[in-house]
Amino acid sequence: MMNHIVIFPVMLPLLAGILLLLLPKRKLPLKRAISLSLVMLQVVTAGFLLGAVNSGDILAYALGNWSPPFGIVLVADRLAAWMLIVTALVASCALLYAIRGTDKNGVHFHTLFQLQLFGLNGAFLTGDLFNLFVFFEILLLASYSLLLHGGGRLKTKAGLHFVVINLVGSTLFLFAVGILYGLLGTLNMADLAVKVVSVAAEDVALIYTAGLLLFAVFALKAALLPLYLWLPAAYAHTTATVAALFAIMTKVGAYCILRVYTLIFGAQAGPVANLIEAWLLPLALMTLIVGVFGTLASTRMRQQVAYLVITSVGTLLTAFGMNTESGIAAGLYYLPHSTFTTAALFLLVDCIANRRNVMDDQFEPGPIIQQHRLLGALFFVLAILIAGMPPLSGFIGKFLILNAALAHSALWWIMGIVLITSLFTLIALARGGSMLFYRAQSPHICDVDLSTDVPRGVLSVTGELTSVICLLALSIGLVIYAGVITDYTTAIADQLLQPEAYIQSVLNMEVNQ
Amino acid sequence: MELLIAIIVGVLTACGVYLSLRGRTFPVVLGLTFLSYAVNLFLLIMGRLTIGSPPIISENVMHYADPLPQALVLTAIVISFGMTAFVIVLSLKAFLEMGNDQVDGKHKP
Repeated sequence: MMNHIVIFPVMLPLLAGILLLLLPKRKLPLKRAISLSLVMLQVVTAGFLLGAVNSGDILAYALGNWSPPFGIVLVADRLAAWMLIVTALVASCALLYAIRGTDKNGVHFHTLFQLQLFGLNGAFLTGDLFNLFVFFEILLLASYSLLLHGGGRLKTKAGLHFVVINLVGSTLFLFAVGILYGLLGTLNMADLAVKVVSVAAEDVALIYTAGLLLFAVFALKAALLPLYLWLPAAYAHTTATVAALFAIMTKVGAYCILRVYTLIFGAQAGPVANLIEAWLLPLALMTLIVGVFGTLASTRMRQQVAYLVITSVGTLLTAFGMNTESGIAAGLYYLPHSTFTTAALFLLVDCIANRRNVMDDQFEPGPIIQQHRLLGALFFVLAILIAGMPPLSGFIGKFLILNAALAHSALWWIMGIVLITSLFTLIALARGGSMLFYRAQSPHICDVDLSTDVPRGVLSVTGELTSVICLLALSIGLVIYAGVITDYTTAIADQLLQPEAYIQSVLNMEVNQ
Repeated sequence: MELLIAIIVGVLTACGVYLSLRGRTFPVVLGLTFLSYAVNLFLLIMGRLTIGSPPIISENVMHYADPLPQALVLTAIVISFGMTAFVIVLSLKAFLEMGNDQVDGKHKP
């Protein structure tokens, strides 16, 4: 039984998705209850898994009892459990927001939501490169439909770009997988890590190509420069719930970069050791710069938050790009922080935009927002969190990253770019916040007639803000338990940089007949 | 034979890249289809081209055909088929909603 816990995070959303598909459309309350309780169950499962791998054990699960490297394995190590719990927490908050009404825009919202989680959890757990491709396709297909959920011209246009670029990405992924299989004869990640060491000299160039192709695919998922252009439009035009859930999507790319380039192409990989070390850090820093330009130039709040996702990716991959234990540990602390805060900001902006009538989320003086004190205070706290000001988790995350950079040769580049972009992020958010809250005009001056739109005015704010406050509480939890969490992320980084344990536990696992 | 297959993969990929860079959705969809054909062929030959060798272990046989790429290709074909269907429906939707089939949704003068 204990061993089967590994497959639970994959099976739960799949079965939930199928069950929800079978329920008739009019049973929406039942669907909501099932969907929410199953996501909560996933939080519990992920927490349980986190406890199980905390000691450093790596749980490998052979699907259908086919022993690796021939069968497909699911592997739960510290990193996988960490990603699973972050995903489950963000998903439950996003769903809490969705069940207040946005799930009515289309019939199969809850099914798609669960299938999206199926793809995400599978991608975090799988120990097989081709299986990773399959889970990528599952999460992408669910995300295409979620992105277009509700319909609309701008959504369709952004969605078309998103779909086409991801299809090209999938093709590149398959090319890379094909090259690796053709040369090494395996697709199990642990087995690849063993075989890549003894690759023949004439094949090194091809392995190198495959490794960089994979990097391009993961960089596309993570929205790394120059492959980030799909993100702002897609995230800015979709519904708040979906955007909040998508806060974890770029982290899938970051996770894959971390996993593949520590395990297969890590320091132990012989001729292709540290394959992307020369690429990742400069690209991440440039992503950070471009993302900040985007936040400064945004004309709408949602667009600005979408660019904030890009800066968070830049910061995260800067930390991973240092390729040291402290750098990876700092990045893994920053990862949940940035996920929770960007998700919370997407939801909060939706609350604000709903109260501004036709002004929506544009950076132009609009009517005074109802409950502006509460919303403004929340915006202020979130801006502090995102910009990395003390005393909240953004500060701790960036401090850990800069602290890790002290030992790195590119110290001044990292220090300078991270600090300056933080300042500009703060300026951009201050500009946005003052436009939304300070420069608002009273309703009778505003040329918009508010009386025609009464139903929006009487929205109860507490229900809508529950999920924002939950996400904020999670970020504050990151501050309160910072000591415990940094110990854990250091343990993750330690485990990642010594892939022998992973390889041993996968390849030497005992399969019960 | 290897050279012929390599040329076919190369030509298909080149066509795919060219078409997926076009400005209208129909050529883009065709380009994506070409790319997936190319990659499916590529995956298939990754098990090496062999003639007359069985994929199943039996006595008195020295050389085997690799059965795994066929399984990989089957999965890849199913996925790309589904994705192509999805992107066709999506581009039709985009055409109906935006009134033209330009990828960026803008009318040409």
